Amino acid sequence: MANQPDNKQKPEVTKVLLEEIIDSPSKKKGRSGTGQAILIPILAVLTGLIIGAVIIALTTEDVYKAFALSFGDGLGAAWKAISTSYEALFKGAFGDPARIIAALQGDNPIELRRAVNPFLESLVVATPYIFAGLAVAVAFRSGLFSIGAEGQIFIGATAATFVGYSIKGLPPYIHMPLAFLAGAAAGALWGFVPGWLKAKTGGSEVINTIMVNWITFRLTEWLLTGPMQRPGSGGVPLSPFIEKSAEIPQFFDKPIRFHLGFFIALAVAFLVYYFLFKTTWGYNLRTVGANPNAARYAGMNIVTSTIVAMSISGALAGMAGANEILALNRTLALGFSPGFGFDAIALALLGNSNPIGVVLAALLFGFLRSGATRMMLATGIPIDIISILQALIIIFIAAPAIIRTIYRLRAPKIEDRVVVKTGWGGK
Amino acid sequence: MSKKLYAIFAVVLMASMLLAACGQAAPAPTEAPAPATEAPAPATEAPTEAPKVIKVCEITDTGGIDDKSFNATAWKGVTDAMAEFGIEGKYLESTQAADYEKNINAFIEEGCDLIVTVGFLLGDATKAGAEANPDFKFTIIDYAYDPALPNVVGQVFNTDEAAFLAGYLAAGMSKTGKVGTFGGLQIPPVTIFMDGFYYGVKYYNEKKGTNVEVLGWDPVAATGLFTQSFDDQNLGKQFAIQLMDNGADVVMPVAGPVGIGSAAAVKERTTADKPIYFIGVDSDWFLTQPDYADIILTSVLKKMDATTKAVIKKVIDGTFEGGLEVGSLANGGVDIAPYHNFDAAVPAELKAEIEQLKADIISGAVKVKP
Repeated sequence: MANQPDNKQKPEVTKVLLEEIIDSPSKKKGRSGTGQAILIPILAVLTGLIIGAVIIALTTEDVYKAFALSFGDGLGAAWKAISTSYEALFKGAFGDPARIIAALQGDNPIELRRAVNPFLESLVVATPYIFAGLAVAVAFRSGLFSIGAEGQIFIGATAATFVGYSIKGLPPYIHMPLAFLAGAAAGALWGFVPGWLKAKTGGSEVINTIMVNWITFRLTEWLLTGPMQRPGSGGVPLSPFIEKSAEIPQFFDKPIRFHLGFFIALAVAFLVYYFLFKTTWGYNLRTVGANPNAARYAGMNIVTSTIVAMSISGALAGMAGANEILALNRTLALGFSPGFGFDAIALALLGNSNPIGVVLAALLFGFLRSGATRMMLATGIPIDIISILQALIIIFIAAPAIIRTIYRLRAPKIEDRVVVKTGWGGK
Repeated sequence: MSKKLYAIFAVVLMASMLLAACGQAAPAPTEAPAPATEAPAPATEAPTEAPKVIKVCEITDTGGIDDKSFNATAWKGVTDAMAEFGIEGKYLESTQAADYEKNINAFIEEGCDLIVTVGFLLGDATKAGAEANPDFKFTIIDYAYDPALPNVVGQVFNTDEAAFLAGYLAAGMSKTGKVGTFGGLQIPPVTIFMDGFYYGVKYYNEKKGTNVEVLGWDPVAATGLFTQSFDDQNLGKQFAIQLMDNGADVVMPVAGPVGIGSAAAVKERTTADKPIYFIGVDSDWFLTQPDYADIILTSVLKKMDATTKAVIKKVIDGTFEGGLEVGSLANGGVDIAPYHNFDAAVPAELKAEIEQLKADIISGAVKVKP
């Protein structure tokens, strides 16, 4: 649905998109700045995978046993540990090509669904990452270091759940969007408050959003053990199930969970892109983020810009929560704890705070997370290795000098650098 | 320019290494969805391939496999069964609620003979998974379905029986005439500990004509102290201090790791002439929290490992059927831990009374609930 405006002016849009990904305003300034915006994330991922491989080898008992026999055996065992792990990671993320081909030739529908499920499941896992990554990216773009995505996801999930179960008898085409937008609205409100505090009083958004997170967690707990508790749950902190009409439809039978939310996420990513780079509001916002003093001098309203940016950021995070409830969980439980509100910060960094970059980063995280389940089953390597990989990648992105040193890249000129964040509190 | 070429070369080199890593093992996996068997090993894998090895698969809640609480205890049941019966055990950790269904699906595909889901938070997902896959066996800890599902065993625990003993012991050891408890959340798996503790103290009062008071929980009014958290140790400290300030000299936190904070507070406050005792829950804290071994009077044991192993045994024997597996004093599913360091401090008479009380609860002569 988002592609409709895209089709007409495709060549131009693609070109612009590409420019925006690499985020260089000036073509003439040379390749080091432009190329590196793409090259560094790729190298960071690659380096992360290589170090991850070393960690896998170091934590596999068999490798030590083999090294005790001989050096050659040790290397062989290490190689085997690494290759089986990454092979499982790959198959878990994308599916096993041989199996998919066999399933396509056979006529067992369940086997076919299972064979293609890994790839689709990765997209399912990536979906909330897209929303949440966009949320943080919008804040970053306006020079705001928002840590509030986690709380906004929670409140979005809570609001979507409430609208999902409390309103009955609506047709799906009204109820589902309504519940989804309720999540977005709640998130927006949760972004508005710290945004307003920041704009009006100068209170650091870092602190505000963290504090709002805590308020949200406790509020959700109270709601789940009080007004929103499922009748007859015997004290278990669970909400009622949402109505069928509020569910985001899944496209296939079990076990495939692939759902409409993924396309909504892509559409929203396009809208965010359009907003940031094709509207005056977006321009204001980015200018405030890049240089608040210049923006003020140019007559832009920093107060409004901050509040708008935080509200939009909150709305996007709220959508992530609503998406999880309406498409997958169908009920809110105490252990909802997504954690991807914090991963989202990493995503925004990895995606260079650019909607397209964020989508790609979210897909990467989705594939890693989803593949990790299979890797754990096949090799017993805990899912935590993925958190280590993610952390390594983030370190390399956040400190590109490491990557430049390893791969001997030239540092770009200062004016080519992308301002992700000016400093704590936007100073 | 040459540096750039160098960089590209490096990338290509790394990429080819990685691809080779994937490629090397690639010829093998065409046969079936289980290359797992040739993996370099979760060390424990039984070498017996010929007869079908029973595969038991645990899904944790968001606490993770090493939470030193029920996820870990249930996993101990699986590893015990691995050692004893030569089964194969696997686990998947959930990091968020949406993982429950995903992990159940993964284990269905893995062909697990028994899927163990840990905790009431997995109740809905387990039910959905069990209904969609009627030929798979499930067992869930701390949850019971009403009506029962034909392929799910709910593991529930008469924890109040063991906590009753702990309450009796606490009342017998208290010098101030006040004992305290608090919970993580006001939910049945938590409050059942506090109920038992409360009525154990009441029973002691009845028997001895004393008036030992329980702080922190009143089962009749259903009001008490709850941290609303299972991970904030600071809260555990504050709550314990509050109880001790009000005169309690026995503290039993029913809030998972939150209790570690309480143990720290008790350890700071206790003295030789005015001892303050700590009662652990779920596992024997003397063993799991050795830092606080010298204040731990006993622990109320909820042996999820024993019940999980019992369910696994039924799968092996082919006697598995849906319903309940109730851990009680009678079958050793719940108990109180040894007194360890306080063995000498607990009067022999009190010990004997507790042994008698245990027998009476098992025989039904003493009711742990009014």
